Amino acid sequence: MKIYIRATESISPQLSFGNEGLLADLQVYEANRLSCLEPDYKSLIDPKQIRRMSRVIKMGVASALGCLKKADVEVPDAIITGTAYGCLEDTSSFLTKLVNQNEEMLTPTAFIQSTHNTIGAQIALLLKCHNYNNTYVHRGFSFENALLDAILLLKEQSAENVLVGGVDELTDTSFQILNRFGFFKQAFTNELYNAPSKGSIAGEGASFVLLANQPGNNDNAVLEAVSTFYKPATIEESQEKINRFLLDNDLSPNDIDVVITGRNGDETNDVVYDQLMSGMFRNKTEVCFKHLCGEYPTASSFALWMAASIIKKQKVDKKLIHHGEDVIPQRILIYNHSQGIHHSLMLISGC
Amino acid sequence: MDKLILELKEHIIEQLNLQDLTPADIGDDEPLFVEGLALDSIDALELIVLLQQQYGIKLSKAEDGPKVFASVKTMAEYITANKA
Amino acid sequence: MTEVYVAGLGIISAIGTSVNETLSSFEQHRTGIDDIRFLDTIYRGQLPVAEVKLSNDQLSALSGLPENVSRTALLSTVAAKEAWVDAGIGSPSKFRTGFISANSVGGMDKSENFFIDFLKDAGSGDLNDVKHHECGSITELTADSLGISDHISTISTACSSSANAIFMAARLIKHNLLDVVVAGGCDSMAKFTLNGFNTLQILDEEHCKPFDENRRGLNLGEGAGYVVLVSEKVVQQLHKKPYCKLSGYNNANDAYHQTASSPDGTGSYLAMKGALEKAGLQPEDIDYINLHGTGTQNNDHAESTAISRLFSSKVPKMSSTKSFTGHTLGASGAIEAVLSVLAIEKEIIYPNANHTTTMKEFGYTPVKVFLKNQQVKHVLSNSFGFGGNCSSLIFSKI
Repeated sequence: MKIYIRATESISPQLSFGNEGLLADLQVYEANRLSCLEPDYKSLIDPKQIRRMSRVIKMGVASALGCLKKADVEVPDAIITGTAYGCLEDTSSFLTKLVNQNEEMLTPTAFIQSTHNTIGAQIALLLKCHNYNNTYVHRGFSFENALLDAILLLKEQSAENVLVGGVDELTDTSFQILNRFGFFKQAFTNELYNAPSKGSIAGEGASFVLLANQPGNNDNAVLEAVSTFYKPATIEESQEKINRFLLDNDLSPNDIDVVITGRNGDETNDVVYDQLMSGMFRNKTEVCFKHLCGEYPTASSFALWMAASIIKKQKVDKKLIHHGEDVIPQRILIYNHSQGIHHSLMLISGC
Repeated sequence: MDKLILELKEHIIEQLNLQDLTPADIGDDEPLFVEGLALDSIDALELIVLLQQQYGIKLSKAEDGPKVFASVKTMAEYITANKA
Repeated sequence: MTEVYVAGLGIISAIGTSVNETLSSFEQHRTGIDDIRFLDTIYRGQLPVAEVKLSNDQLSALSGLPENVSRTALLSTVAAKEAWVDAGIGSPSKFRTGFISANSVGGMDKSENFFIDFLKDAGSGDLNDVKHHECGSITELTADSLGISDHISTISTACSSSANAIFMAARLIKHNLLDVVVAGGCDSMAKFTLNGFNTLQILDEEHCKPFDENRRGLNLGEGAGYVVLVSEKVVQQLHKKPYCKLSGYNNANDAYHQTASSPDGTGSYLAMKGALEKAGLQPEDIDYINLHGTGTQNNDHAESTAISRLFSSKVPKMSSTKSFTGHTLGASGAIEAVLSVLAIEKEIIYPNANHTTTMKEFGYTPVKVFLKNQQVKHVLSNSFGFGGNCSSLIFSKI
C-alpha cells in the first residue's frame, strides 16, 4: 500500500507558509537563534478562539489548517502531532507566577494551555473533529513517532487521511537554558557547514503533512517508509541501521538520488554525515536544511516538507545543494539525528 | 462609579486578552457570559482572581458568581459594596 | 494479525509499591489519600493528595536510579521493572522489544526547583534539574535501565496519556513491528499540577467521592503503571500463561472545550463504543467498568451520560479506583489498566470509596465493597483528558 503526501504546510524561519516549497527567496541570518516568519493569524484562526493561544499554538494551528486547505480536506480522519517541548511559553508563564507569587492568586489559562496535547486538541476543537487524536512527545523522535502512528492508521484502514505535524517553539527562556548547555553559537547561516565547530543555531517551526492511502489529483510525493533508531554506539552501527532500512524497503544506496542530512554545523554532530557522504552515499547529492530552520527536536518535519516539494517540482534548487550534482530527484532519503541519540530515516519518492 | 467601570473594562481586556476590544466596545450592562462577550467558565475563574488581585475582594460564595459577573456594572457594584 | 496478550504487570501508587501491596490495600479498603507529606507546597495541611509513601531516597533504592533524578522517573522505573520481571522474558534482546511510556509534565518536579534560582538570575539554577524536563527524557531513564532500545516513544494527551501508550503498543505488535512492548505511564506530584488544578477549582478539600451526587472534585495522586504486551509467538515461548488479552481500544476527541467535557459525553461515548466494536463485543458482554471517575462535577456527569447512552438499562458493575489512588494524571490510564487485568485474573471487583449518595441524573450506584469470586470476563477501562482526548481499553479473559 502506498502512502501519499497530499499536501504540506510549514511555518518556519523561511518564507514557507502559503508557498509551494522553497524558495525563490532564501532567508539568510547571522544569529544564534532563528525565529519563525509568522503569518497574520487573525485572517487564519477564528478570533474567538485565538485569544488564549500562545505563539506555538497559533503556529501549529495555522500550519495545520493551511495544510488541510491545500489538501481540500475539511475534517481529517485523524490528527497526530509531535512536539518535544510542548507549549513552553504557557509552561514558563505559569511556573514563573507560581514561584513569584508563592503559589497564590494564580489563574488557569496558562496552565490549561500548557499541556502537550493543546495543539492537537485546538485543531480538533476548531474543526469539531471527533476522530483519532494523539500527541507524541519523545524528544527527537516526536515527529517520527507521529508519522509511524499515521502510517499504521492508514494501513489498518482506520483512516483514509491523517493530518500529521511536528511543532516546537523557542522561547526566550528555553533559549537561555539550552544555551547554557552549550548547544548554540553565533553563526552566518549561509556558512554554517563550512567550518564545523562546537554548537549549532537554535530554531523552531510548525510543519504539517496530510497523508492519504489513495492517490489524489495533485499529490506531492509518496512517503515510502519511516524508521528510528536510538543511541547507536558507533557510526558503523548507524551505517548498518541505514543499510538495513534500505534493504527492508528493497533498496540499495544506489537507488537514492538525494540525501537530505541533518547537518547542523556542530563538529561532533556532523561527523556521521561526513562519513556517510564519503562512504555509502559517495557521489550522491546532499541537501541540508538546518541552516534554513535551525536546530530543534522536530526539525525533521521541516525536512519532510522540503523533500515533498523537491519531489513534486522534480528539481533540486541549486542553492540547496550542499554537495554533489544537480539531479532529477526520484527518491530522497532524509537522515537526521538529534544529539547523537535520536536517529531517524524517512524515504520519499515520486507518485 | 464611572471611573471604576472604565478601569474594570481595562483590566478585563488585559486579563482575558480580548485583543481587538477597547473599553468603549463593552457596554456597562452588556452580558459578560453566554451572550454579549460570550465568556466561559475559564474566564469566570480569571475574573475571580482579578477581583482578588486588583481589589482585594474574595468572592465568598461560588453561587454568587453569576450575579456578580452578570455585567461590568454588577461587578463594579459588588466591588463598591464589598471594598473595605 | 496476532492477538495481543498481557504477560507482565507493574504498579506503584499511594496504595502500594507493587501488585501485591496494591491488591491488599483494596481488600482492606485502605485508600492512599492523606495530608501532603513530601511535596513542598503551601497547600500542605489544606489539600489532601495521594502520594506514594516513600521519599526519593527510598524510591532511588527501589529503582536503582540516582536519587537526584525526577521523582517521575523513579516511580516509572520501579513499576516498569516489576512488570518486566513479572513477564519473565529475560533479556529484552531476545525479541524486538519496545518501550512506550506517557506522562503529562516530564521532570517538572525538578524544573520547579530550577526556576526558583533561574528567576533570580538567568545564569543560575542547577542545570541537572532541567536536564530531564522533557517528557521523553523520563521515558529514556526507564528504558535505559531496562535495556530496551528497539523502539522508544512517549505520548502525552493529558489524563488519557498512558491508555494511548498501551493502545499504540498493541498496534505495533499487531503490525508485526515489535514482539514485546512495555507500555504504560507515570507522573509524580508537582506544584505545577497541584496549583494548576487548584486554579480550576476542581480539587476536593476532603477525600474525593467519584460518581456521588455530592462530589466536589478530585484529589491528585502520583504513581506509575506498566503492562508487558506480547504477541502470540512470544506467548508460546514463555513459561507462564499470560494474564489476559487486550481485545479492544479506541481513541476519540470530545472537541467541545479545552478542559471541560461536553454535557452529553460525546468523546467518552465514542471512545467506549469504538473499543467495543474493535473487540467485537456487545455492551452486555462487559462485566466491569473501571471508570475515569475523577470526582469532578463535570467529568462524572459526562461519563455517566455516555455510559447510560451506550449501556441503556444494563449498566455493568463499575467503580472509580481514583477514590483510592487519587488522580494520577498521565499514569492513571496505565494504573487502571493494571487493575483491570488483575480484576480478570483474581476475579475481583474494586470498591469505589467514599460513596454515599447515588447521582440523581444517573441512577446507578458504583460498587462500594471489595467483591471476590466475581465472573469477570471483559473489563472496560476509561481514560479521558484535557483537550477532549478520550480513550477506552478493553481487557478480556483468555
